[in-house]
Amino acid sequence: MSMDAVFKALGDPSRRELLDRLHARNGQTLGELCEGQDMTRQAVTKHLGILEDANLVVTRKRGREKLHYLNPVPIHEVADRWISKYERSRLRALSDLKKQFEGKTEN
Amino acid sequence: MSEFVYVTYIRTTPEALWEALTKPEFTRLYWFGVSMESTWEKGTPWKMIYPDGRITDSGKVLEVDKPRRLVLKWRNEFMPELTAEGFSRCTFEIESANGVVKLTILHEIDVPESKLVKAVSGGWPKILSSLKSLLETGKAIEQKPAR
Repeated sequence: MSMDAVFKALGDPSRRELLDRLHARNGQTLGELCEGQDMTRQAVTKHLGILEDANLVVTRKRGREKLHYLNPVPIHEVADRWISKYERSRLRALSDLKKQFEGKTEN
Repeated sequence: MSEFVYVTYIRTTPEALWEALTKPEFTRLYWFGVSMESTWEKGTPWKMIYPDGRITDSGKVLEVDKPRRLVLKWRNEFMPELTAEGFSRCTFEIESANGVVKLTILHEIDVPESKLVKAVSGGWPKILSSLKSLLETGKAIEQKPAR
């Protein structure tokens, strides 16, 4: 599971949008993830494949359904690589402040 | 139903990973200082003890297949609104492939919008990232105590 795969997967707005959807509601089927999308089902499948290869999305079978889950662990590994214990709490405070001022999530 | 699934790949052996998950002297190193205590036999109790001695979570061992699978009945014991949600279920799956070990953690509870699942889901990525670092480099990532 390389960091290259993580950055490549995150470097695309459609894939970030899919992660946002899973962040809002975890455990969705392909059909649910396609709802209201401009992309074709095929394109969504392709993007999910890239996210899975990067370990950012994990799937589980439940009955006949295949459910997709957001897996934030690789993002933490990226963060842990560069953010030291001293910087972490200060950065969190800054990020909270930024969120408060902007009142929305970034794209 | 509320649930999450987290996966990490670690360059280690299933046996070493099992030890890291079940031995308090290891869990203390990467898991916010907590001790996970149990004999890890089916039907026996387990508990999670914080460095200050509080028991924060506890339950029973539902399934054990060392070093492949561990299923725990899991309840929070120190936040009344989480305790009120009752027991959740936490499954650890360990699979070996091409010199790496895949660890899957599935935590689920039959409660919609569960506060317990929300609370534990925030902690796991940090714990898993630190566990990976400990097993691969011998050093855990320093953490501030949670909650």
